[in-house]
Amino acid sequence: MPDGAPSLLHADIARILGDRLLSASERLGELTIEVRAADWVGACTSLRDDPALAFSTLIDLCGMDYRGFAEQPHEGPRFAVVLHLLSIAHNRRVRVRAFCADDEFPGVASLIDVWAAASWYEREAFDLFGIVFEGHPDLRRILTDYGFIGHPFRKDFPVSGHVEMRYDPEQKRVIYQPVTIEPREIVPRVVREGSYGTGKGGGG
Amino acid sequence: MAEIKNYTMNFGPQHPAAHGVLRLVLELDGEVVQRADPHIGLLHRGTEKLAETRTFLQSVPYMDRLDYVSMMANEHAYVMAIEKLAGVQVPERAQYIRVMFDEITRILNHLLWIGSHALDVGAMTVFLYAFREREDLFDMYEAVSGARMHAAYYRPGGVYRDLPERMPQYQASSQRSAAEIARLNENRQGSFLDFVEDFTKRFPGYVDDYETLLTENRIWKQRTVGIGVVSPERAQALGFTGPMLRGSGIAWDLRKKQPYEVYHRMDFDIPVGTNGDCYDRYLVRVQEMRESNRIIRQCLEWLRRNPGPVITGDHKVAPPSREQMKSSMEELIHHFKLFTEGMHVPEGEAYAAVEHPKGEFGIYLVSDGANKPFRLKIRAPGFAHLSAMDEMVRGHMIADVVAIIGTMDIVFGEIDR
Repeated sequence: MPDGAPSLLHADIARILGDRLLSASERLGELTIEVRAADWVGACTSLRDDPALAFSTLIDLCGMDYRGFAEQPHEGPRFAVVLHLLSIAHNRRVRVRAFCADDEFPGVASLIDVWAAASWYEREAFDLFGIVFEGHPDLRRILTDYGFIGHPFRKDFPVSGHVEMRYDPEQKRVIYQPVTIEPREIVPRVVREGSYGTGKGGGG
Repeated sequence: MAEIKNYTMNFGPQHPAAHGVLRLVLELDGEVVQRADPHIGLLHRGTEKLAETRTFLQSVPYMDRLDYVSMMANEHAYVMAIEKLAGVQVPERAQYIRVMFDEITRILNHLLWIGSHALDVGAMTVFLYAFREREDLFDMYEAVSGARMHAAYYRPGGVYRDLPERMPQYQASSQRSAAEIARLNENRQGSFLDFVEDFTKRFPGYVDDYETLLTENRIWKQRTVGIGVVSPERAQALGFTGPMLRGSGIAWDLRKKQPYEVYHRMDFDIPVGTNGDCYDRYLVRVQEMRESNRIIRQCLEWLRRNPGPVITGDHKVAPPSREQMKSSMEELIHHFKLFTEGMHVPEGEAYAAVEHPKGEFGIYLVSDGANKPFRLKIRAPGFAHLSAMDEMVRGHMIADVVAIIGTMDIVFGEIDR
């Protein structure tokens, strides 16, 4: 994408979405826009159908859990859905984000009627983050095991999980039991002040 | 007359034509598929969650294991996302090496695809030939990284080390005669680049061989022409990228449209299909192998003439040389911090995509300034392609399901992540 392209795209999107556009930011040559969960389907339909934008391809849809971002106490809505859209006609990309209003029961409307590709991506976000997509005709788990409990990509779900499987010789079948391994962290997660360690000057 | 009901059938997960662990629940009316419901996730390892608990460098080998037939292409997207966010400059020579290995990887992937696709459809021979050529490509991987498959060769800031001056050779063994060893070592006498050049001279002839076996083959055409037709509009709506999109007639290739590394200096063409069926996608991929060969030759030319560093000199991102580390206190600290705490990536989010052999492989990286990613989302091309399975097989005969799985070039490492 040539330099300056995100600014032009920003202007186009601001014109077409109007007050449905909550915020927009440009960084690293990428444009990120935010819309309300209530405007989700309408805004995405405009992004797809307006000939000046023509975002015909849904490249990616993913859930996000912002709990514990930068090791700070959690403020504001926790879950978000992030889209990456591609316009093949104009060779442009945009990232669209909507925060889910309710942290206890996060949900947005399904985009399945806007992009057919959304179906599996929404099932994945539901499976991994527990975000419910209203209007999805077949919102089943997709990546985790049959009968899995919990949403593993939430930040409060341990990496080692809650249950493990083993073969039980007495019952002669595979059984689930609580995990026996201790969680361990070899390299601690650290957020440093300033630009430490990023190769941008600063301390050594 | 007796009442006739549709019946369901499980295809896989152990079926050899399921390309790994696809469980496909097919609803059949006689031999005609009414509905297909792929069950995926049998290879889910939670790579994205694991990456949140590892430093940036520790996650590089996980990327190899996503699409385990195009290892370096996965690494490429990952390191590009880090470099974009951290603002790291990659030396020019490293960019050429990356482009060359991306194309080697593309050939590697397409050879496996052509072999297994043909095998599924009933042509055994191609598989054997394709694996013979893959052996040479694995040797190239091994020569630069020490590993035949899971290379971990691309690192943030460049590639791990420069191309070897001398191609490793076969050693005397009790299993092989001296004459056999001499024959195997014939094209390994010179440098690594000589070996690659020898391969690029032989390879177009090999592709001709595959085409002789398949392109005009009556059975092959009966099994692929008009099967799994996807219109250009549908292909976009379904999120298709790569050869799946180009087979439907859309000339979209990130290497041309949003060039990264040194692709803008390469001279190559994008093959495009017209009908959007399995046969067109076959033709597109075969032509892509020839184009990749051209790109490799251009990289070879440049790499021979231009020595230089292959990884950034910023030692907060890439390690210092052994010699520097042993002689300078500051470099010792850099080395220690880099391999214990790891590099920090500034707060922000970035999406980096490469034209992976299967389509657009993207990494959406969100960092909060820590030494580990806050969130890593892998955009795997196969995931979008497989989600269109139901639409593509509906109304086809059950034997065509196998041809459609083959044409999607499915690898479960990337779909299940």
